Amino acid sequence: MAKRCAVVGVGQTKCMAKREDVSIAGLVREAATRALEDAAMDWSDIDAVVIGKAPDMFEGVMMPELYLAPALGAVGKPMLRVHTAGSVGGSTAIVAAHLVAAGRFERVLTVAFEKQSDSDAMWALSVPQPFSAPLLAGAGGFFAPIIRAYMRRSGAPDHIGILVAVKDRLQALRNPYAHLHIEDISFDMVKDSVMLWDPIRYLETCPSSDGAGAMVLASERVADSMATGRPPAWIHGMAMRSEPTMFAGRDQVNPQASKDCAADVYAQAGITDPRAEIDVAEVYVPFSWYEPMWLESLGFAPEGEGWKLTDEGATALDGGDIPWNCSGGVLSSNPIGASGMLRFLEVAMQVRGQAGDHQVDGVRRALGHAYGGGSQFFSMWVLGADKP
Amino acid sequence: MSPASSKPVRPVAVVSVAQSRSVRREDHRNEVEILMPVVTEVFAKIGVTKNDMGFVCSGSTDYLVGAPFSFVSALDAVGVWPPMRESHVEMDGAWALYEAWTLLQEGELDTALVYSFGRSSPSDLRRVLALQLDPYYLAPLWPDPVALAALQAQALIDAGRATEGDFAAVAARSRRDALGNPNAQVAKDQAPEELLADDYVVAPLRRHALPPITDGAAAVVLAAGDRARDLVERPAWITGIDHRIETHALGARDLTASPSTALAAEEAGVFERWGSGSGAVAVDVAELHTPYASQEGVVRHALRLADSVAVNPSGGPLAANALMVAGLLRIGEAAQRIMDGSAGSAIAHATSGPCLQQNLVCALAAEPDGKGS
Repeated sequence: MAKRCAVVGVGQTKCMAKREDVSIAGLVREAATRALEDAAMDWSDIDAVVIGKAPDMFEGVMMPELYLAPALGAVGKPMLRVHTAGSVGGSTAIVAAHLVAAGRFERVLTVAFEKQSDSDAMWALSVPQPFSAPLLAGAGGFFAPIIRAYMRRSGAPDHIGILVAVKDRLQALRNPYAHLHIEDISFDMVKDSVMLWDPIRYLETCPSSDGAGAMVLASERVADSMATGRPPAWIHGMAMRSEPTMFAGRDQVNPQASKDCAADVYAQAGITDPRAEIDVAEVYVPFSWYEPMWLESLGFAPEGEGWKLTDEGATALDGGDIPWNCSGGVLSSNPIGASGMLRFLEVAMQVRGQAGDHQVDGVRRALGHAYGGGSQFFSMWVLGADKP
Repeated sequence: MSPASSKPVRPVAVVSVAQSRSVRREDHRNEVEILMPVVTEVFAKIGVTKNDMGFVCSGSTDYLVGAPFSFVSALDAVGVWPPMRESHVEMDGAWALYEAWTLLQEGELDTALVYSFGRSSPSDLRRVLALQLDPYYLAPLWPDPVALAALQAQALIDAGRATEGDFAAVAARSRRDALGNPNAQVAKDQAPEELLADDYVVAPLRRHALPPITDGAAAVVLAAGDRARDLVERPAWITGIDHRIETHALGARDLTASPSTALAAEEAGVFERWGSGSGAVAVDVAELHTPYASQEGVVRHALRLADSVAVNPSGGPLAANALMVAGLLRIGEAAQRIMDGSAGSAIAHATSGPCLQQNLVCALAAEPDGKGS
């Protein structure tokens, strides 16, 4: 039987376009130090380190965990390096949690980062490969047609994406760690921003960020004996699913792997009605339209009706019944390899009541989500205030 | 540090192993084309399909392919449909196996496919591997892996721990043993004295002390408990597995020792299970991922191997060294010997990083309690 596991410490850096004041080691250490402080632990308390990031070409360092081992206090410990494309921040946390759930270790530090300013992610994503369709000019070009297919399929009106972009940026103003703080963000500002990949406007896409996130995961014994004031956030369910990039008949708008992953994590957590039973969610929305798409795929709305929740304001921190991305989400901060972990750790903060100005009152259960590749890799967890 | 348990709570075994022929250059096959026959074979050997797998985990690195997300095209070809539980490490496949083994410990899944692929031939490996180093202070100087291994070899000589003749003896034995391995790349019967006539690549390492540049792939199927016994008559049980990392700063390390290997072996229960009165570990076989001939003695010492242990009977990494594959292949070769009855107990070792920075130790036996028979 899998053993219980809880988040007992979280830490993150301020996300920004260029963190020129720190090296890569300095960046990850900043997040990890904060997670350890939050857990009231020292480096020597940690049994193992699990680190994740997106492709190594984003910084130009091959397998950077080798160089980062001393900066993360990993010397003499097991260190794993996860890479599952954009979902990696979530997958990394899950791999780390399994080290605890399997009974191997009691205190695991997990870290994810991206320091995009050290290289050029857009370039790294555009390397031509023989016999493969080029992913010209990055991820937006890949996802725009899928979004267009969603709009056609659901009949969603054009303004939905703009609403998401405004909502997440407004929420980011309440998160001091968010990269984008656009004080005068408005519907018209988003609407009038330049069209990058129709239908994705400039302000409907995520920024390129430097940033890192870290968590300390602990066994039941350790979590129960924590002397800090913060309660643990217990893992009620965690799951990963993958499917091939493309094949005839693949539903790229609502991938089967997404639905299967959600079904698995809900079954573990005993959730049958996500909208009613989950108090807050941090969901990987790098392009505005992915909010309504994931609302449907994750079971918060029937297929074709996710956009109505967005339109009604149901996903807003202020006044919504199911606030999504109170931190500002990926639309406001995107250190690619860390973006999934920020989703996972933001829900830990919500469950532990430490989200400050973007805290939702009385969170008992929360969903963290990440996806990657051609919308084919999924990682999710449900955290709860009560021991499962 | 307080590992909750250094012993496996659930018996998990290697039940199938497959590998490509290791070659200097695959001219007509890309990574996926090298991998797929291997995956097909690893299933066919035990009559299963990917649909029988509870989990899939792979190890590879983008810097060999020269493109981001190189694991994705491999996964696409493996064909994870219907969707599967799947993960990837940017590490040698031995660490993918560790991740899969961990998941199987929880008791909810019974099987896992682990694979890795590495095609070193398209790139200038000595320049590519320099990019593994500290990007601010070390990589800009382009110290290549052979030069760093030579520093380690010289440190061993200076400490009186080894001679160039020892390196030649390791290489000669490895290449001779490789004559019995149809998948090996460098297989020759040459006396050490003959090898000592090789030129230095970087002193004190001569050509024979370096691993070959190899293209290849390997795959392993893991199964737990009764499922393993159902699939094969003689599973290779993993009695312990652990891995540890050392600092990246070479100047802060004693390059003549491998404390991370020793610690991983300790945590994997190697000394407790097999250390005899004298402290020497007397398993039947050890497959060591020591790419440079000079490193074998360092790892042997850390593992306290008895002189009787057959080290790298497959020929080891001096006979074939596909990056990201060679570590997983050590586990595969060791497991194969247990499954075919030629060994009762074995240790497999994998390494990563310059001068044995990170090391994994996997202990295997014919019985889940560690007894060899």
